[in-house]
Amino acid sequence: MNVPILQMRGITKTFPGVKALQDVTLDVNRGEVHAICGENGAGKSTLMKVLSGVYAHNTFDGDILFENEPCEFSSITDSEKRGIVIIHQELALSPYLSIAENIYLGNELAKNGWVDWRKTNLEAAKLLARVGLSENPITPIQHISVGKQQLVEIAKALSKEVKLLILDEPTAALNDEDSDHLLDLILHLKGQGVTCIIISHKLNEIRKVADAVTIIRDGKSIETLRLDQGQITQERIIRGMVGRDLESLYPDRTPNIGEEVLRIEDWTVQHPQDHSRMVVSNASLNVRKGEVVGLAGLMGAGRTELAMSVFGRTYGRAVSGKVYKYGQEINTSTVSDAIDHGIAYATEDRKHYGLNLIEDIKRNISMAALNKLAKRGWVDGNKETTVANHYRKSMNIKAPSVAAITGKLSGGNQQKVVLSKWMFSDPDVLILDEPTRGIDVGAKFEIYTIIAELAAAGKAVIVISSELPELLGICDRIYTLSAGHITGEVPIAEATQETLMHYMTKEKE
Amino acid sequence: MPALRESLGFLTSRLRQVGIFVALILIVILFQVLTDGILLQPQNVTNLVVQNSYILILAIGMVMVIIAGHIDLSVGSIAGFIGAVAGVMIVHWGWAWWLAIPACLLVGALVGAWQGYWIAYVGIPAFIVTLAGMLIFRGLTLITLKNQQITPFPNELRALGGGFLPDISGGTSVLEWLTVILGVGGTAAILFQALKERRVRRKFNLENEPMAWFAVKNGFIAVLMLIITFLLASYRGTPIVLIVLAVLVIVYSALMNNSIFGRHTYAIGGNLHAAELSGIKTKKVTFRLFVNMGVLAALAGLVFTARLNSAQPAGGTGFELDSIAAAFIGGAAVQGGIGTVAGAMIGGLIMGVLNNGMSILGLGTDYQQLIKGLVLLLAVGFDIFNKNRTGSGGGSSMGRRFKWKTTPPATETSTPATSEPVAVDAK
Repeated sequence: MNVPILQMRGITKTFPGVKALQDVTLDVNRGEVHAICGENGAGKSTLMKVLSGVYAHNTFDGDILFENEPCEFSSITDSEKRGIVIIHQELALSPYLSIAENIYLGNELAKNGWVDWRKTNLEAAKLLARVGLSENPITPIQHISVGKQQLVEIAKALSKEVKLLILDEPTAALNDEDSDHLLDLILHLKGQGVTCIIISHKLNEIRKVADAVTIIRDGKSIETLRLDQGQITQERIIRGMVGRDLESLYPDRTPNIGEEVLRIEDWTVQHPQDHSRMVVSNASLNVRKGEVVGLAGLMGAGRTELAMSVFGRTYGRAVSGKVYKYGQEINTSTVSDAIDHGIAYATEDRKHYGLNLIEDIKRNISMAALNKLAKRGWVDGNKETTVANHYRKSMNIKAPSVAAITGKLSGGNQQKVVLSKWMFSDPDVLILDEPTRGIDVGAKFEIYTIIAELAAAGKAVIVISSELPELLGICDRIYTLSAGHITGEVPIAEATQETLMHYMTKEKE
Repeated sequence: MPALRESLGFLTSRLRQVGIFVALILIVILFQVLTDGILLQPQNVTNLVVQNSYILILAIGMVMVIIAGHIDLSVGSIAGFIGAVAGVMIVHWGWAWWLAIPACLLVGALVGAWQGYWIAYVGIPAFIVTLAGMLIFRGLTLITLKNQQITPFPNELRALGGGFLPDISGGTSVLEWLTVILGVGGTAAILFQALKERRVRRKFNLENEPMAWFAVKNGFIAVLMLIITFLLASYRGTPIVLIVLAVLVIVYSALMNNSIFGRHTYAIGGNLHAAELSGIKTKKVTFRLFVNMGVLAALAGLVFTARLNSAQPAGGTGFELDSIAAAFIGGAAVQGGIGTVAGAMIGGLIMGVLNNGMSILGLGTDYQQLIKGLVLLLAVGFDIFNKNRTGSGGGSSMGRRFKWKTTPPATETSTPATSEPVAVDAK
């Protein structure tokens, strides 16, 4: 029965300075649903990009055998010709085109360059029936929900006579009902002989559909668990995902924790487009003076959404809940209100949301608190330069001068500019979203030191991070989020990667 | 000679900024030769200033709007409309000029507020709102004027377009001494300011431009100022509108560089999301920018009407294109965040000299438009070419006076997902 359809051997993929994949092995049998598990950044998506030809065959080492034939893909088109279709987490549909047009986009049913609409809509309707979607094929994509759009993507894959379907976090953007439907469909397709690779960290989903699970950690394939050998259990998967040593990459710190500074109660946020989805539900948390509090959660758990909705309602709609500072309820419904109340939020995406890349260091640092440098609306440029020079020195920003353009700095130095900007606004509470994403190890240590210094100076710090060792290394207390719910609050003394991962993958009651 | 090499290296790194100065000079020299010296005759220089003043006034507001990442297509129609309003107020209703001018500026502000409301608070793209405004205010111009021109205007208003500062020597001298005093004083002030800025930069450890380049640049600016002063002084002195323009340039340059409002404008154009997440009230800033544009368009309309001594149904047609071209030739970036008032003025002068020179040569509007279009295309094309070639820009010393396009290096922006494995799983 176990006939291999795909064998990936010794896959090694290197980016400048980083080994993203190291000697990865993946064996998928025909007709099975094969899950790939791993932490954020473990290399799951990179592996799928290698497989589907996004990374051309000469940019990595290792062999791929598909149906016992070696594969040398240069692009997605090549892999699709062989029947390997990948559906990305970010759906690739055109909102204004109809369902049928989207299904046959780039693959139009045409005669001499003219589209055969009758055939297009007819064939599309057949495919929609196969995926269990009862919509008219001429409906524009934007008029159907994200869950149904996901099904259209699968119909599109079926139109290409797919043999191996790869789904990257297919349920990350779906509500429970749509998720269930999608998982049923995957099982249904399996019955029709379609092999499926699913990337997910929702363990309950994996238990529901997977015949085998391959665990990837830090770019290496750890093991493959098989259902028929009774190996797929939650504990086993979690152990595989996190089983690494805590490295002593963190500065020593003696916490000096004082009174409560910020408390968030019953915080609920709706998805900005899909009103049936609650991105954050009844979340309550607090942070005290001199304390570093971690927010752990897997992709789509709602960590950033929680932080941004608190910080001036910059995410979501129908936000409800209360924010207290020193016991007094405060209004943070605009960014300037939040800043005035001493809250700062350093974004996870500094290039798009944090910095003005075409402007110099000093003007970026002063951006959030220009009024501190100004008299009657006029900015004191000398004072600004003095302030910027101060942060350049204290934060060790490596640049020729504070007149250097931020877009030319390295990731670590850009992050230091973002932190300087918020430190200059003199907040009481700093929310740092993935403060070390995309920066090298040396700079990470500097960022951790800055966080420790902020706490020592009496600031309340909330750190959102996907790297559990990082949270364990710098926090005093860690909250876990899962599907918008706070599922755990763990003091650092009791926190291990296993306990956190347990809470992070926990179902809501 | 290390100093020379340093200066040369600096020049190549500032190609865009140096380039536009050189382009202006070359164009002036070219037409000076082609027109047998008519271009730089005192009377023509005076004409050049007065003829272009309203475009330059518009270009100030336009470059600010462009820095914020918007555009305004309606300024020509607004200028025409305000001319008509001024005609009705002054000629029909008999209002005094000192009452009519503030009233017209107020109407301009209201027009700007109308457009700013739709753009900032309703969220319709500026291109659409001002395209509509272009039609709306042209229509209102025609309605106000009942399709007939209004004329004549009193001398006090006409002075705004064609008047000169008084001759303090009482006509006894070849040179207008007041103009000489203003010109020399202004030159001294510019040099003093440049030296002061250089000292401050040294004090705060910011890199300075090489001494040789600093000396050449400021020496050149000083000589240019003095030549223009001499030419103006030997005709009829300083046009009043030049004083108005000089005050506007100084005030608005300071506003854009040193005021919170100006800084917020650059921040919005540079990265709207980052600006919002830094607590900048982006809608309020956008609204104010368009109110300001309305006031400046009204002023341009008044100057234009005063110069023609008539409010005309077609007044102001095409001004929007000239002022937009001025801003872009002057180094503003289409995607916003980059540009300076001074740059827009030089861009405007390039367009002005082209207009004037070609008119003297007797080229028809057909060729004039053809050549102006090509110049705009080449100027912005040169920007893009230069940007792609060096992949970088300067933001230091003269960036304040004359900012040019910069772009982050490709490695930082184009491939974050592939170069950082951490981000591969990112949302």
